[in-house]
Amino acid sequence: MRNSLIFSVARLIAVRLIFGCLALFLVSMLIFMAIELLPGDFAEAVLGRSATPETVDALRRQMGLDQPAIVRYFSWIGGAIQGDFGVSMSGFGSDTRQVADMIGPRLFNTVFLAIMAAICAVPVALSMGVLTALWRNSVFDRVASVATLIAISLPEFFVAYLLSYFIISKDMFAQSQMGLLLPDFVSQGFGWLLQLVPSFPTLAIIDDAPFWEQVWRLSLPAITLTLVSVAHMMRMTRAVLISLLSSPYIEMARLKGLSPMRVILHHALRNAWAPIATVVAFNLAYLIAGVVVVEVVFVYPGIGQLMVDAVKTRDIPVVQACALIFAAAYIVLNLIADLVAIISNPRLLYPR
Amino acid sequence: MPSNAPSPHHTGDDRLLEIRDLKIEGQTDGIWQPIIHGIDLDLNRGEILGLIGESGAGKSTVGLAAMGYVKPGMRFTGGSVNFDGRDLLSMPDKDQRRYRGKRIAYVAQSGQASFNPGYRLIEQTVEAALVHSVLPRDQAIARAIDLYGKLSLPEPEIIGFRYPHQVSGGQLQRAMTAMAMECQPDLIVFDEPTTALDVTTQVNVLASIRDIVQEFNTAAIYITHDLAVVAQLADRIKVLRYGREVEDAETQRMLSDPQEDYTKSLWAVRNITRTERSSDDIQLSVKNVSASYGKTVKVLKDIDIDIPKGRTVAVVGESGSGKSTLARSIIGLLPPDNGEVLFQGDALPPSIGARSKDLLRRIQLIYQSPDTALNPRQSVGEAIGRPLEFYLGLKGRAREARVAELLNLIELDESFAYRLPGELSGGQKQRICIARALAANPDLIICDEVTSALDQIVQEEILNLLIRLQEELGITYVFITHDIAVVRAIADEVIVMQMGKVVEKGSRSAVLDNPQSPYTQLLLSAVPKMDPGWLDQVLAERSK
Repeated sequence: MRNSLIFSVARLIAVRLIFGCLALFLVSMLIFMAIELLPGDFAEAVLGRSATPETVDALRRQMGLDQPAIVRYFSWIGGAIQGDFGVSMSGFGSDTRQVADMIGPRLFNTVFLAIMAAICAVPVALSMGVLTALWRNSVFDRVASVATLIAISLPEFFVAYLLSYFIISKDMFAQSQMGLLLPDFVSQGFGWLLQLVPSFPTLAIIDDAPFWEQVWRLSLPAITLTLVSVAHMMRMTRAVLISLLSSPYIEMARLKGLSPMRVILHHALRNAWAPIATVVAFNLAYLIAGVVVVEVVFVYPGIGQLMVDAVKTRDIPVVQACALIFAAAYIVLNLIADLVAIISNPRLLYPR
Repeated sequence: MPSNAPSPHHTGDDRLLEIRDLKIEGQTDGIWQPIIHGIDLDLNRGEILGLIGESGAGKSTVGLAAMGYVKPGMRFTGGSVNFDGRDLLSMPDKDQRRYRGKRIAYVAQSGQASFNPGYRLIEQTVEAALVHSVLPRDQAIARAIDLYGKLSLPEPEIIGFRYPHQVSGGQLQRAMTAMAMECQPDLIVFDEPTTALDVTTQVNVLASIRDIVQEFNTAAIYITHDLAVVAQLADRIKVLRYGREVEDAETQRMLSDPQEDYTKSLWAVRNITRTERSSDDIQLSVKNVSASYGKTVKVLKDIDIDIPKGRTVAVVGESGSGKSTLARSIIGLLPPDNGEVLFQGDALPPSIGARSKDLLRRIQLIYQSPDTALNPRQSVGEAIGRPLEFYLGLKGRAREARVAELLNLIELDESFAYRLPGELSGGQKQRICIARALAANPDLIICDEVTSALDQIVQEEILNLLIRLQEELGITYVFITHDIAVVRAIADEVIVMQMGKVVEKGSRSAVLDNPQSPYTQLLLSAVPKMDPGWLDQVLAERSK
């Protein structure tokens, strides 16, 4: 009984893993093809307009660009599987740099920030979702609904600049441009509130500072990302729970005399994990792959910035590696969401 | 009397529940409209009250009101619900919850829907006892297992540790009764607990419910639309219609001498009598047909039947017996694995895609649920007009005229052509579905449970309409149903199916009055009769 359960779960996981690998493989082909289609030629771009065709050809041969696309694809993907993403095109001669070495620390920074934001955002989003579902149509629910709608609508760079603005001007808000626009008592009251906010650093510089110092420096970008991603997750949690609240088994739970809180936490949430996990996974993937704008605002050396820079300089191996990592992040996180859905559903775990 | 339920406000007599002038409103499209117009209800300890009426009569609403509860979108607007001397409606939610689950429990229609799919049965059975601190966990589990045994669930020690999807519908209804019994409440509200079950399962669940309610002397409100079912259990029966009381009497008197016309009409279908006709002119014959879903699930096994022209052949059996699959195979939606279907002597192409338009026209299908069979965005005229245009090429005026003719034929006004399905009642929608099938001028109509979703009175009207149409137009019916009363009313011949096989076939009188196969006998004996002693009789016969 127990063994067959483990077996069936293992089989479900294996099937999804295979599909995940297949998806990653297809994505890698798409990435490669998309970059093939990019206009321009690296060799020409490096050597300039005055280069003779011979020198361009020589450089192309040196970098393997003269090979057919299919050969280059397989040599790239073959290396990528072993963790070797090739050599960056940004260095010459003795100054070659491995793509993996360039990406490694940047990826670490991005994941570090993503984890920080996730630790804040996921619990807040889930508990707000539960509370808005519990007190649906109350003042709290409406305020939360409007606030999250605003948070979804504002671009993240705007949120980031707004937060930085408040932090920079917090000690003299009443005298700032915005403070002067507002009526006196509002700007003074707001200024007083801002005094209570700690002076978060507005630049997220990475150096050899101790761990907690690093965490402190990352607080503002983490808050920005939390604000942006909470809204989506919270609204989804609320919507899923409310749709479940019309189920007959919820009515049965109410008719057993259970408190509304227990009805939601014990009976509704139990069956809501699958869709919640999907939206959480989607948002976590966004925290890894979609934060380039926030990185730029806070001058944070993450992988998003690296990729944008690489696109500018036509550093194709780096672009490809970054895109592949982003795709892998989405696939792995969705795989985890699938697993949560399987584990939380007895109908899949225990066949009849 | 439950020992753990002392009654501080005992009124001196045995009165447990007193509902006075109960008024409830419901919200439709933002407007509050009265649903219950002032109902009184009394219940003594240990008494069972049957609450019957059609869907929409307010039975469930009254049953839930006895727990001080209204569904979302409804509200109490007047009256009182006195339970054991205290008015549930005037106390705050928190106090109401102390009664629910502990002293008043609820058993719902569908165990599949009313058990949380995420928890094992035993967790849900003991939940109320733990939340209300009635019993510590180990004792609660012991009592649950004891109740499972009393309700004749198989392997009572183990079954609780299964998830709801792992046990059958009948077992879930028993488990739900055990869940309601766990706190040994004073009152249980049974809301159509056997309606979703097959008749043969229903008998056993009814017997289990009756025994356990008697053993603990629990009072009960038993809600159903089936008078014969409630007659087996109830001491008293109350008939509701449109949120008002029609009649209230002792069970014996209600059955032998109903006062109101409405009460009499409740078993109207049982009053249709029609002489049985035979015919040798075979219109459709199914020869050795087997069919399966996928490669593995065999649903039809070697079916061999003949359908005589202009007659009604009823196909009966429990859910899962292959009745609807047979219809799908005849119509060509599920091509048979082997065997063939002959229509007026010629073999039909097995798949619907290979059949000519004329063949398609001659065999029509009417579905069980008229609510989902009509496109909600299409007016009645369009719904009926489409087959006219598709099969017969009627357009413009001619089409309109034929639609009006068909509406007259199904006894509806011509103005219905401009209405949308949402504006029609269930019975009217089923009439439209019939008209849509008739529009093709078919020779054969397959009726798949066409009356199952309808109330008794509407059922009678639809059956009478179908009978009239057959007499006027000479159409052949294949009538799929699980309701023996309907078979008695309409069939000329009967085919009994079980697990994909035909176990008996013959004329109506032969099959119903003198059944040969043991399964047919079981099926017929399981149909509740309008006689309070019927359940005892059946059980006595079975134990022999």
